[in-house]
Amino acid sequence: MEQFVPVKRSKDGQPVRYLVVDDSVFARKNLARMIETFGGQLAGEAGDGMTAISEYDRINPDIVLMDITMPQMEGIEAAEKIVQKHPEARVVMVSSVGYQENIVAALQRGARHFVQKPVKPEVLYEVIKYVMGEDGTVVNSAGAGV
Amino acid sequence: MKMELIQPFINAADAVLAQGLQSPMSVGNLSMEEEAYRRKGMAALIWITGDIEGRIIFDLDPETAVRVASKFAGADLPESDELIRETVFELANQVIGNAVTSLNDQGFHFRVHPPVLHTSDHGPKSSEDTEALVICFETGSGHVFMNIALRYSHTHKPERAAAV
Repeated sequence: MEQFVPVKRSKDGQPVRYLVVDDSVFARKNLARMIETFGGQLAGEAGDGMTAISEYDRINPDIVLMDITMPQMEGIEAAEKIVQKHPEARVVMVSSVGYQENIVAALQRGARHFVQKPVKPEVLYEVIKYVMGEDGTVVNSAGAGV
Repeated sequence: MKMELIQPFINAADAVLAQGLQSPMSVGNLSMEEEAYRRKGMAALIWITGDIEGRIIFDLDPETAVRVASKFAGADLPESDELIRETVFELANQVIGNAVTSLNDQGFHFRVHPPVLHTSDHGPKSSEDTEALVICFETGSGHVFMNIALRYSHTHKPERAAAV
């Protein structure tokens, strides 16, 4: 898999910490592999919206990658609950169901961005940089911010 | 069966498989199945209800599923029932999700039910108004079968889709 110039946290130069939420173990593993190529760290995983909320409270990640269609609680509702409690939360929806109503609903309820499956690593990488904004720094091999 | 219902699924399968496998694929054998569906390997069955209703079966033999999973993951993965099931389900989710997105943008509204494992050797028999189309996608990792039996629901108004 292609390697990307690492995106680090601006405040301390540490890897961006991710919470990956998807009911498919296969999908979670694929996203975890991409995160690794971005220089990020998988801080936690969840297979449904309810667990995602408790995991967010526990690990306080920099970014949440959230599927939509999941058992118990769907991703859009979970994103809303996380953002209500943590307005600074950066939630990126990652779903194969990318029709406009879904995207609008997700953004209205607090998600920062939407990426359609199958996820292209280069697309997710750009979204991560955008969502991190000034809180993220692209660090070249010499360790200098780009 | 209406081709405009089928085409989004073919396009979605083409996009998902070509990207995930990082190799070209082609549509191989295409046939109408009048008799009950014969399962090839590990199969996921997904029901759709709403303006369009019916079911789609995704079917891969275990060896193909492992090769597909390894390609998607970018590393060789050991064969296990869990891996094979996960691969078939996620593939089905992605293809159907993409097809649904396309159909929704055309004005169709419906619900996609979560995939269930299709374990019987024979699937539901198609009926007069829901003939099943079996499409074989030929990929570098093996054959992927998609069996589609869809129809407009009795409540669907065609002009609704055309107006959007």
